[in-house]
Amino acid sequence: MVKFSIKDLNIWFGSAQALKNVSLDIQAHEILSVIGPSNSGKTTFLRTLNQLNALNTHLKMKGAVLFEDKDILKIDVELLRRKVGMVFALPLPLPLSIFDNVAYGIKMQGVKDKKQLAPRVEEALKEGHIWDEVKDRLSESAFKLSGGQQQRLCIARTLAVKPDVVLFDEPCSGLDPISTARVEETMLKLKEKYTIVLVTNNVKQAARISDDTGFMLLGELVEFGKTKDIFTAPRDKRTEDYITGRYG
Amino acid sequence: MKRNPHLTQKIAFFLLLMATLLIVVPVGLIVVIIIQKGLPAINWQFLTDIPRQGMRAGGIFPAIVGTAYLVGGAIIFALPIGLLAAIYLSEYSKENVLSRIIKLAIINLSGVPSVVYGLFGLALFVVFFKFGASILSGALTLGIMILPIIITSSREALESVPDSFREVSLSLGASKWQTIRHIVLPNAVPGILTGTILGLGRAAGETAPILFTVAAFYLPQLPGSIFDQVMALPYHLYVLSTQVPNVDEKTRYGTALVLLLLVLLMNLVAIIIRSKLRKNKKW
Repeated sequence: MVKFSIKDLNIWFGSAQALKNVSLDIQAHEILSVIGPSNSGKTTFLRTLNQLNALNTHLKMKGAVLFEDKDILKIDVELLRRKVGMVFALPLPLPLSIFDNVAYGIKMQGVKDKKQLAPRVEEALKEGHIWDEVKDRLSESAFKLSGGQQQRLCIARTLAVKPDVVLFDEPCSGLDPISTARVEETMLKLKEKYTIVLVTNNVKQAARISDDTGFMLLGELVEFGKTKDIFTAPRDKRTEDYITGRYG
Repeated sequence: MKRNPHLTQKIAFFLLLMATLLIVVPVGLIVVIIIQKGLPAINWQFLTDIPRQGMRAGGIFPAIVGTAYLVGGAIIFALPIGLLAAIYLSEYSKENVLSRIIKLAIINLSGVPSVVYGLFGLALFVVFFKFGASILSGALTLGIMILPIIITSSREALESVPDSFREVSLSLGASKWQTIRHIVLPNAVPGILTGTILGLGRAAGETAPILFTVAAFYLPQLPGSIFDQVMALPYHLYVLSTQVPNVDEKTRYGTALVLLLLVLLMNLVAIIIRSKLRKNKKW
């Protein structure tokens, strides 16, 4: 089943073009990773999927992005963002307690009753593989956690809203290898329930965990296909140069 | 000649220290002199009695109450409006020429002399709206005077909340208003309070605007409604110092001390609230 279908997507910020004719399909229950050097448009691509780009007043968009066969511009934006969650590059806890961080998205849907919130918070924290570490300190500030814990808390916070798709924007760029491994492990488990789009600077990470991989360069989707194929037999010279480390 | 970096540094430190002292010393002197000369006048009667014998004896209670009413009224009027305007300017208005002109105009308004606000209050509230010389006219005039201060500082407080918090909140499906209400505002409260403190102090101390719109020369009774005139501390101080012969020096300085303490007390309350909120703040 196709979750997202992107057709000839072009995006400009002011006069600078960030995406050029990007077309691809994102299958349900897969990990799709997008790799490429900085400034290649990966994050712009990701932020299109939950309409966070729309915050930029200079945005110009052409082409179509379909979420479950519906144009995302015609979906209520709050509803879209509940279905398409996002984990940011740096751990960004809100200035609230651990519990309130995870409960935030549910509360914003109007659930106020603590008896209803508590089990959902627990469930999300378990899914984010951080429950055991925080279960005794839920009322503490989220800022007291370590960087890796904060990032898993952010994952749990995203999952608490019960999305269909989770977007990861270089989620391990600020983490050490052990924390990275734990986040990757979490992502692999999440795949069973969610569709995952992962933007990463770490080529090896993409090779380790993703099903499909897209390589972007200067706003262009240079190559897109099964991760296996991209990493063993890239068709484009530029892809080969990048994944073997000969690029930029 | 080769320059000695250590010597240069020492000279620079010395100059910076001198500049700081230059500010601290006069302020300290003012406070010390006022306390020294005014403290003997402070007693229970001075604080709670009405002025007697042509203001040469008795107390200043009506003026204290009047100033409290005026400052309170000004804040009740200016804080909600100022905050809403600040939210609009910081969160909703698009960055364009018009919004930039509005922001610039508001900043400049805080530099308009208070006597001009007095004249404006007289024309608008006292004469046009027929509120007369009253607490209402005075409080509204003071409120308009401190609006720019509150708007500018609140806007800066709102804008200093990191955008990443907004993005996280939105990405979790919160609406824009929910984001402002639950994330942006709570984190901007300390800054907003700072602006309010500045406004409070200014409203309490200004003489010109209330002279035009509310202040009574001598009114030894408490106001019955917001359409009554009141005495106010800054104006009372002026009257005591220049209009009434043979007033004890300590009475004048006592009045000044009370005004100073009143502003200090209001600031203290705001500072305590702010530090309480900061303690709750988790970043």
